[in-house]
Amino acid sequence: MESLEVKHLTHHFGFTEILHNINFTLKKGEVVSIVGPSGGGKTTLLHLCAGLLDVAEGEVNNSFKTTAFAFQEGRLLPWKNVIENIAIALLARGEKKSVAIQKAQEIALKFGLEEDDFEKFPKDLSGGMKQRVNFARALVVKPSLLFLDEPFSALDIGLKRELYTHLIESCEENDMSILFITHDLIEAIRLSDEILLLEADPGHIVKTFKYDSPKEKRDDAFVYKESAKIVQDKEIIETFKLNTLELK
Amino acid sequence: MKFFLKILKDFPAYLWSGWGAVASILLFIAFWDVGNQIYGNLVLPSPLETFKTLYAMLHSKDILEQIDITLYRASVGFGLSLLFGSVLGLIAGFFATASMMSRPIVTILVGMPPIAWIVLAMIWFGMGDETVIFTVVVASFPIIFVGALQGTRTLDGELKEMADSFAFPWHMKFIDVYFPHIFSYIFPAWVSGLGMAWKIVIMAELLATSDGMGAELAIARSQLDTPTALALVTIMIGSLMFIEYIILEPIKREVELWRV
Repeated sequence: MESLEVKHLTHHFGFTEILHNINFTLKKGEVVSIVGPSGGGKTTLLHLCAGLLDVAEGEVNNSFKTTAFAFQEGRLLPWKNVIENIAIALLARGEKKSVAIQKAQEIALKFGLEEDDFEKFPKDLSGGMKQRVNFARALVVKPSLLFLDEPFSALDIGLKRELYTHLIESCEENDMSILFITHDLIEAIRLSDEILLLEADPGHIVKTFKYDSPKEKRDDAFVYKESAKIVQDKEIIETFKLNTLELK
Repeated sequence: MKFFLKILKDFPAYLWSGWGAVASILLFIAFWDVGNQIYGNLVLPSPLETFKTLYAMLHSKDILEQIDITLYRASVGFGLSLLFGSVLGLIAGFFATASMMSRPIVTILVGMPPIAWIVLAMIWFGMGDETVIFTVVVASFPIIFVGALQGTRTLDGELKEMADSFAFPWHMKFIDVYFPHIFSYIFPAWVSGLGMAWKIVIMAELLATSDGMGAELAIARSQLDTPTALALVTIMIGSLMFIEYIILEPIKREVELWRV
């Protein structure tokens, strides 16, 4: 059984403690989100889990066969066109070029890109289109674990929904797991099996919330009801400092 | 291969876009002729006379030999600068200490006037090929070195991270992530290094050798032969323009399509 286990993970940048004693397990097919205020160490935690940073204290055991990463700002290669940018993820895995190009074209169409866009360089793409390419690049390798670093934060609501649907479909079809970070509670509730609440200075998990209902059945009513409930939670109020915003 | 075919395919369109440049050169020649009418033949020979001299020169075996000699010195000097400048610049760029230590040395190399190098080289190597080649290398090496260094220093950390997250093998990291970025810095450096090499080779020859185009220029000066001097200048500028606009610029456009 593939899984990602994080045990007693602590991380420092210089003398500053960024993360303190993080423990959680992500099992195959699960979606776990990490929510918390900005600057709380979310990105550091994700990078440690994805192996982009070296673990100094504690353990990260990742037994997932293939992983992929979708970044917040696209990070497309500016000198490659749309198809090449998607295909490069497959080429890195040693796929043949012709096969990689064909798969890239298929998934690009599925992600709402048009054939006219295939030859375009990133400089000619809108923010939304870049993000479509970003997702296509991450999903084209059919990862068993996908890391998401707030990739929805700059997108309009329509495109967000479209991408959520693609993700939920991929989870169903390929039994894909997702570890993603966000500061949007509504988004977390829509997609996650489990939400980890990360409080800052140093980052540590204060509470976990579990949602059992199937993701494709979570309609707006459910999501809004649950979000209304969660913002009443004492830890959420403290972590996001919601009480200081109340009108006196 | 595909890449070169694409350059060839786009070449006619590129040439066609050159009419503006041609018009501006013709305008320049017109002003030149005005200058000739004001100052007379000795100071500024007419373009027609210059081009006639040029035509005669290009048909004389002796001058072609001199051009050959100069071409040889310039290409050896530029070739050495290209090789060492690029390689050392890349290496220096990958190591913070090396780039920090190389900066003052580059400043010394750039800051020292080429004429001073020529004097030193004449003392060290005598009057010959080595002196000229040495001066060319000393002048164009730092330009290329700095280009390569800047290219490596400014690599995008976020793209590196992306490459790591998809576990790019090392050769893909170099070819697909690092190289295009470095190339966009190093290529313009090659172009300016080449321009520098071509200018310096003439100067070094003028002062330090008895053959080559620079020496021809020195003879023309001593005989007050202005048409020959101008014809030589025309050859130098013409060849530089040919290399830059007909060979390098089309390559640059194709390689940097993603930029503009």
